[in-house]
Order: sequence, then C-alpha cells, then structure tokens
Amino acid sequence: MNQLAENSLETRNVHVAFGGIHALSGVDITIKTGMVQGLIGPNGAGKTTLVNVLSGFQKPTRGNVVLNGKDVSGDGPQKLARAGVGRSFQAARLFQDMSVEQNLMTAAIGTGLNKADAIIRSREILDWMGLGHHGAVLGGALSYGDERRISIARALALHPKFLLLDEPASGMNAEESQNLMSIIRAIPAHFNCGVLLIEHNMEVIMGVCEHVYVVDGGRSLANGTPQEVQDNPDVRRAYLGEEDAAA
Amino acid sequence: MQNLIQIIVDAVALGSLYALVSLSIGLVFGVMRLINFAQADYITIGAYALVVPTASVSPALLLGALPFAFMAGGVVVVVVVLALLTERLAFRPMRGSDPATLLVSSFAVSYFLQHLVMLIHSGRPKSVGIGNSLSAAVEFWGIRVPGTQLLTMGVALVMLVAMVFFLKKTPMGIQMRAAAENFQMARLMGVKANRVIATAFAISGIMAAAVSLLLVVQTGTLDIRMGLMPVIFAFFATVIGGMGSLPGAALGGFIVGFVTVGLQAFLPPDLRAFRDAFVFMLVIGFLLFRPQGLIVTSAARERV
Repeated sequence: MNQLAENSLETRNVHVAFGGIHALSGVDITIKTGMVQGLIGPNGAGKTTLVNVLSGFQKPTRGNVVLNGKDVSGDGPQKLARAGVGRSFQAARLFQDMSVEQNLMTAAIGTGLNKADAIIRSREILDWMGLGHHGAVLGGALSYGDERRISIARALALHPKFLLLDEPASGMNAEESQNLMSIIRAIPAHFNCGVLLIEHNMEVIMGVCEHVYVVDGGRSLANGTPQEVQDNPDVRRAYLGEEDAAA
Repeated sequence: MQNLIQIIVDAVALGSLYALVSLSIGLVFGVMRLINFAQADYITIGAYALVVPTASVSPALLLGALPFAFMAGGVVVVVVVLALLTERLAFRPMRGSDPATLLVSSFAVSYFLQHLVMLIHSGRPKSVGIGNSLSAAVEFWGIRVPGTQLLTMGVALVMLVAMVFFLKKTPMGIQMRAAAENFQMARLMGVKANRVIATAFAISGIMAAAVSLLLVVQTGTLDIRMGLMPVIFAFFATVIGGMGSLPGAALGGFIVGFVTVGLQAFLPPDLRAFRDAFVFMLVIGFLLFRPQGLIVTSAARERV
C-alpha cells in the first residue's frame, strides 16, 4: 500500500452530501501512473462527482483525497492542477476565439515553458494525436468530435501526472470513439502519467482499461480487471437494468 | 471635398483618442469583468503629475519641466503605479464579486482619487503650457492637420499595433486572451490570476498616461474632471463595439469619434450644442436593439 502511495492519486472513504442527498457514500479508488483505469457506473452513479472530488472542484464532506501520499482534500482545482492533476470536462470548453495551437500553448506556458518550447510541445501533442492539421483553426470553429479531442490534447499540454477524462467519447460515432480509445490507451506510456477514464457505456472502455472501478448509487460496487467486473453479478444487475431503461 | 477630408481627419484623431481609452477599459473588463471608471482619474492624475502641487492657476512645472522622453516616462511610471495600487488595494479584495458591485466600487475609487487631487492641487482648473510647438498646423495638399492631431493618431497607431503584438505573440498576451475568455478555465491551465490582472491594469495605466499627455497638449488645461468625459465616451465605445471584445472596443472608439465629429459638422447650428445628446441616443439605440454590441464575445454569450 505504501509503495502505491508514491505515484498515485487516491480517494479514501470519500463521502459527498449535497444537503440531504448523498452523492457519494464511501468510495475508495486508486489511480496509478502508467496505466489506464476505468470508472464506470450507470447515469447518476456519482462518477462526475467523484472526478470533481479528485480534481478539487468538490470538497469531500468526509474522507480524504491523497496525492502521492499527501492529503490534499482541501485543495482547490488550481492547486491540484499545478500539482499534476489534469482533467477534461463533459463540455470541451476550449478558448473559442483562440487557435487550437494557442489553446494548447496556454496550458504549456502555464507549466512554465517559454513561448518557443510551448509551441514545440503543442505541435508535438497535436501531431501525436493526429490533429496537427487543426493547429491554426479557431477553437470555436471545430466540429464537436474535434473539439473533444483537442480538449484532451490541451489537458495533455499541462503534462499532468494524472489525467481524468470525463466521458470523452460521448456524442461520438462508433468509429470516432474507437479512434479516441486507441489514442487514450497509448497516453500513459507516451506521457508517463496515469489515466482515469470515466464512462457510462461499459463496451467503450473494456478494451482500453487494465483495471476498472464500478460505482453505483454513490458506492463502490466492484473493481478488478474488465473481465472480472463484467462477470460480477452485482455489476450485471446494476448495469443491465440501467441499459434497458436507456434503450 | 477638402472640407470633408478635414472632417475625416478630425474624426480619426478623436476616434483614436477614444480607442485608446476604450481599449484600456476593455482590457481590464476582459480579465476581471470590472468596468473601471477610475480610468478617468488615472488620466487626470497623469496630467496633474506634470505640475507642482499648488493652488495657483498657472503652476510651475514638475514632470513637465523634464525633457520630453523623461516627462513621458515619468507620467507613465506615475500612472502605472497608481493603476497597480488601485488594483491591489481596492479591486483585488473585490475580485469575484458580481459586475454591479465591481462597478460601484470603481465609482468609489474614482471619487476618492478625484478628491485626492482636489486636496493636493485645489479644484480650480489650471493652465499648463506643454508641447505648444505642436499646435502649429502641418499642411498636406491643402488639408491643415494640427500637429496635436498627428501626434494623437501616431500614438494611437503605435499603441494599437503594440497591443495586437502583445496579445497575439507574447506568452503573457496569450494567457491574457485565455483569461479574458474563460477565467476559471485559464486558471486551470496554469494562468496566474494575480499576474494577468496586474498586467492588464499596468497596460491600462500606460494607455491612460498617453491619453493624459495628449489631452494636456491638446487643451493646455488641467481640470480634476478632465478624464471623465473621455472615459464616458470610451465606455460607450465599448458598449457599441461589444463589451469584452478588444477589436470591438477600438472599433467603437472610432465610431464614437466619427459620429461626434460628424454631428458637429452636419447638425444645424442651433442643434450643435446638443451634439452629445445625439451620441447618447446612439448608445441607447444600441442598448435597445443590439445590446451585445457589434462584436459578440464570450462575455456576452455567458449571459444567455
């Protein structure tokens, strides 16, 4: 356990209550560098609340957030971002009036790079993601799918130690989504970071994640390899009910 | 024809002055959602720094006695320090308040500064002779252009170009544009709030210093409200151009300049005294029919 603490972002028994409503009631997850892990659960399970807790947007009512062995529960989003916790949002929120390259440069400059190095890092990331041809396009002129991918590129330009991706494939068609997943699978090795991929669609993340956490109703339901999780009867029950309802 | 060209030159000169002021208002609004009416007092205090504080109506020169480069540099330093002080002491503690609260606090700062000047220099208008040589007109192809107008246009052009370069090409400029569009997101991208806001205030101070020198050269007088009308017209310019848009602010400045000079030239003589009322009507028209201004920005989009 202590070995993990060196390169990990954890929640320990995290509770979040909004008034009388318990969004999270005792969730433990550990994100490690070097791999993609999944966080799945039906809609309303508390996934986004958990990401908000991990990235400092939401203070836990009880429990702790621990970054590399240090308690960071009270730290705000800016502080955690500087400490290496990057995230994407369900809405891409790019800077609309700036070019794609300058969107990434803003993040790179924010880590202390000078302008020349910021340009190099931005182009490198865009090329790596196969988005190099979009560099000069304004953030506001992108298609929906590109906007989502660029927002991940921008989060990467911060060189985060931990990257939280909140439903990055939502609204994408099957092909776009598969493309994105193969990029996400390659992120930990290329950027030397850990990725937490949040999804409600189990299919999407099965081929990408080494380890999957399942939450439902604000509680940890199960965790393990994708196969273990898929075979877990509790997970099947929580999920199949939801999927029928959604279909 | 010559008359028309003369009017256009007048309009461009006045428009450039307004554009300078509206850009400084727009820049600070962009990063802080503060409409800073104390900008007027930055201009006033910059001008008063030229003279020795006395009750005399024709005071001895202080910074104004220095050679031009030192005089200009001195005024810039005074106004930038003042702008940074108001940011640090008055506006930073208010950061995150809603725009209406910020607006009221900027009025408070403005009145405080105005009365500070009154306390130190007395409230009487003063005359100050600086750049008299510039009032001589230069003639181009039969068009007489006063040297002060040429200077105004030149200074505005240099500052506009410098500003575009700063915003597009420098790391701080890129961060400032990001902050102007989405402050929260910019902070998550490592943009340091204090630094970006202080820089915006410093730049607005540089512009205010330029405007105070231009006004003194043009009018040769000091008055504790001398910065007020330019700031009000420049504020109108930002409303017309689109609050939060810097190209819009510059464009609005020129529009207000053109409308003002045009009205002065073409209104029937009996109505000329009410020129400003017509300018105000234009602004009311914009507020009624195109409240988002000519160039729509994220600042306006947020509200819908």
